[in-house]
Amino acid sequence: MTDWTRASAAQMAAAMKAGEVTSVELTQAHLDRIAAVDADVHAFLHVDAEGALATAREVDEARAAGEELPALAGVPIAVKDILVTQGMPTTAGSRILEGWEPPYDATVTRKIREARMPILGKTNMDEFAMGSSTEHSGYGPTRNPWDLDRIPGGSGGGSAASLAAWEAPLAIGSDTGGSIRQPASVTGTVGVKPTYGGVSRYGAIALASSLDQLGPCARTVEDAAYLHEVMGGHDPMDATSLDEPVPSCVDAARQGREEDLAGVRIGVIKELSGEGYQAGVEQRFEESLELLKARGAEVVEVSCPSFEYALAAYYLILPSEASSNLAKFDSVRFGLRVEKATVEKTMGATRAEGFGDEVKRRIILGTYALSAGYYDAYYGSAQKVRTLIQRDFAAAFEQADVLVSPTTPTTPFKLGERLDDPLAMYLNDVATIPANLAGIPGMSLPSGTAPEDGLPTGFQILAPAHEDARMYRIGAALEKALAEQWGGHLTAQAPELEVAK
Amino acid sequence: MGEIDTNRRGVAATRLLPMSSLERADVARLAALARIDMTDEDLDRLSGQLAAIVDSVAKVAEVAGQDVPATSHPIPMSNVHRADEVRPSLAQDAALSGAPEAEDGRFRVPQILGEEA
Amino acid sequence: MKALTYEQAMEQFDPVFGIEVHVELNTATKMFCGCANEFGAEPNTQVCPVCLGLPGAMPVTNEKAVESAIRLGLSLGCEIRESSRFARKNYFYPDLAKDYQISQYDEPTCFEGSLDVVLDDGEVFTVGIERAHMEEDAGKNTHKGGTGGIQGADYSLVDYNRGGVPLVEIVTKPITGAGARTAEVARAYVATIRDIVKALDISDGRMEQGSVRADVNLSLRPKAAAGEDQDAVPFGKRSETKNVNSLRAIERAIHHEASRQAGLLLAGKPVVQETRHWHEDTGSTTPGRSKEEAEDYRYFPEPDLLPVEPSREWVEELRGTLPEHPAKMRARLKEEWGFSDTDMRDAVNADALSLIADTVAAGAAPQSARKWWMGELARTANDREVALAELPVTPADVAELQGLVDAGTINDKLARQALEGVLAGEGSPREVVESRGLEVVSDDSALEAAVDEALAAQPDVLAKIQDGKVQAAGAIVGAVMKATRGQADAGRVREIILQRAGVEG
Ligand SMILES: [Mg+2]
Ligand SMILES: [Zn+2]
Repeated sequence: MTDWTRASAAQMAAAMKAGEVTSVELTQAHLDRIAAVDADVHAFLHVDAEGALATAREVDEARAAGEELPALAGVPIAVKDILVTQGMPTTAGSRILEGWEPPYDATVTRKIREARMPILGKTNMDEFAMGSSTEHSGYGPTRNPWDLDRIPGGSGGGSAASLAAWEAPLAIGSDTGGSIRQPASVTGTVGVKPTYGGVSRYGAIALASSLDQLGPCARTVEDAAYLHEVMGGHDPMDATSLDEPVPSCVDAARQGREEDLAGVRIGVIKELSGEGYQAGVEQRFEESLELLKARGAEVVEVSCPSFEYALAAYYLILPSEASSNLAKFDSVRFGLRVEKATVEKTMGATRAEGFGDEVKRRIILGTYALSAGYYDAYYGSAQKVRTLIQRDFAAAFEQADVLVSPTTPTTPFKLGERLDDPLAMYLNDVATIPANLAGIPGMSLPSGTAPEDGLPTGFQILAPAHEDARMYRIGAALEKALAEQWGGHLTAQAPELEVAK
Repeated sequence: MGEIDTNRRGVAATRLLPMSSLERADVARLAALARIDMTDEDLDRLSGQLAAIVDSVAKVAEVAGQDVPATSHPIPMSNVHRADEVRPSLAQDAALSGAPEAEDGRFRVPQILGEEA
Repeated sequence: MKALTYEQAMEQFDPVFGIEVHVELNTATKMFCGCANEFGAEPNTQVCPVCLGLPGAMPVTNEKAVESAIRLGLSLGCEIRESSRFARKNYFYPDLAKDYQISQYDEPTCFEGSLDVVLDDGEVFTVGIERAHMEEDAGKNTHKGGTGGIQGADYSLVDYNRGGVPLVEIVTKPITGAGARTAEVARAYVATIRDIVKALDISDGRMEQGSVRADVNLSLRPKAAAGEDQDAVPFGKRSETKNVNSLRAIERAIHHEASRQAGLLLAGKPVVQETRHWHEDTGSTTPGRSKEEAEDYRYFPEPDLLPVEPSREWVEELRGTLPEHPAKMRARLKEEWGFSDTDMRDAVNADALSLIADTVAAGAAPQSARKWWMGELARTANDREVALAELPVTPADVAELQGLVDAGTINDKLARQALEGVLAGEGSPREVVESRGLEVVSDDSALEAAVDEALAAQPDVLAKIQDGKVQAAGAIVGAVMKATRGQADAGRVREIILQRAGVEG
């Protein structure tokens, strides 16, 4: 009997269409897998077996009745706990929201329901998406299926790990500074941050409003493309949502697989290499460049000198916006309350107990950066750096169609290793942050495993704003070339997890 | 008039340049402003880390000159408005469904002492 | 410390004041969500994830509110900024759902205006406007236990129906040079703002419901010595009195604050720069919460909203929709109607101007329209403790009523009865006259019968009339009027009496 959990979402969709499998069978297979491995991986904060199977049954019945169905109907999906889901708890990884059931659906939640995809459950994340390791979850860390002692990346470690552990074929992520791409990189999966505004943020619990973007997580570029098209599009409930058609990601991925890359110029960002980059990461990156060249692409070097300041600007803008976005967790209308004599004391005690250290650090930092007398030097200057970074990108895209770099400087580190050293932790995101500051789209896909530790390495592709489709073309071309070398996808090389009885 | 002090931003840059790192007392004051109670141990633990972070991010002030405009939205857009048309509201019980405490259709909170009405 | 009268304070000090007015817009929906903007619904039934500040929700600006703000700005002579932005004002308070208020900070939509205010004696005072910006209202706290106030309450309850209602906040520049007329100027300024928003139809302008709310700040500085420039004297420390919500209260609050501050200054004590609360019952102010340091609101551009960039064409189009400035309109109407200063002022103060105008437009003479609205109807409104406009009678009704009087169908006394019927919901004046049978008796045979009966009953009076004492006919007129329950035309009755008595008038 086929193990359907090992198939791609596109294969699952085709098989259901062909009558080879039902959505109930697919959904049950994933629920079984979650039951077997998630005690170790801890990708999920909440599993909704009943709801997922109910959706699956409806899809199977509709298909049997000959109804026209959306492309991914019946394909199960895991949803990052940052997205509000009516009738399912939503915590954003924080104790302050423990047990909260939102009275409404996020726009992307609604789109998933309209696409008739069974929602397996909510995935673990760093509290309010603040982190790069999922160790800052209020509910305990997620572990990397490649090595359970290592971090799965963050903040979307749960979503990425669920894919690498074959618990779900697709997942939703959110990327404020790399929270989709960095976990993809360290788990050997694919993650895409669309152009800012390409996917509605309505109902995604805000971290930093001007940086946040929801996006698809998958094991293949094609699967990510399908999910991107489900999620994307204009939403009148989000004023920053782009009023333009959803990019043709699936077509672009097909083009990348079927055509060569003649005439395509690929720019290697000089500043995102060298010191701090692990040898095996750089080696796999260089090999990938060679594969792209072999398919006809021209590779040039570009320079983005302001990237030196990106991390600093990011760690001012994010905490500033977050300090304001997280003020609403005040014990009045929802969530935790630690009751004290007055409302002011109750707020202080609730927030002290409900927030973890990383959240407290960033709220204090943001409060500082916005406070009277400091605004100009901190928040104001950071917004200027943002302009400089946009200018760097604009100049680089004059010279190249897409820009590339390793997604993360290193393979996944050990749990606990950087927990008390926030600055070292922040360095994880050095390559992914510039795209968020500039609003441009970015993708990470596996480039192999580092020879020194056998752990996954990621390849990042960046495109100009609105040109998301371009990344899918290049990504699919590279993925195909690598798969030809490996004889399949990278995830298949991951060690088998022990299965609980 | 009112709460607007247009001088605030002009003063900021000059006051900040010696960019001293964050003191423990600053963290205590900021925590109060952010409504997060902190014990002495919290302050001990977080102050050092915060000072290090502040020192490392302060360099943004070096690079961006007067002539560089600030970018607050990554994709330039404007005038995104909504027509003045009523949409259904939540039912009262849905609105109150997450409330730690409710009474008479309202959210109940402990006494609001010493603040303005 | 000796308390001074306002007049004494004004003799010794030069006042500088400023006013912040919050105008609640009458849009169909709230500022940033589609919830109904309506007063008086059950608590927490006009709320959604956006205005409840639920995690994940996002604001989208109400286009009508932007339009209203621009029209108001233009009416205040403001410039309209080519690119303005919303900002977050961060502070924790239970009625502020998100714990930040979306407002505007350093880039308000309307700025640099001025407004001419006409005082009671016709003098015009120009008030400088610093800005008019959009923001959202907060919810409402109800305090339980204790005396019902915030102090001493056991706990509080929060209703967010009002949270997110669109406001325009109008901030004046520091106003100098009003001297002893400060209180009067302040009152007239707020009254003018109220009239403008009503004329623009962007707010119901009802201060008693909080649709127009004022914060008044005041400081005193020494009077300049003779021959010296008053403007060279620096401003004193100011107090800001919050929520002064009637025109009368504005005058009283300024009187109180000027007297209080003058008393302190003369006693050599400092005036503390602070927020104060207005107490309507005692006509006094008390200090607000003491802050060890000024609140730090940490304003920054609202990242969930985009800049407001009204095109020049749109702004000019909106400028074309502006109604006549209330002061100009008032001067024109006074002239057209031939009202005295007193008539005009009383009508303005009673909020009767547009009612009278509409009644005139419906065909009544201005003096008749004034007589009804400022007489019978003003008394009724006063008895019922409602605004004139809230009475269940329309200007068209009043015009119809007057038309019936003018046509001789009813007399004044009957007209008052007809109006009673209209106010009781019995229908239009014409319908009430019909259903109550109020028409003047114009059938001579009926009147003749009544006269004959009255003359027969009082033969001595008949004899007097026939003797030439015509004025004695009054007694018979009275009897006939009584018999016809006032529905007879007294003049006609008199004629018939004289005929019957054989005396021609
Ligand atoms: Mg305000
Ligand atoms: Zn609402």
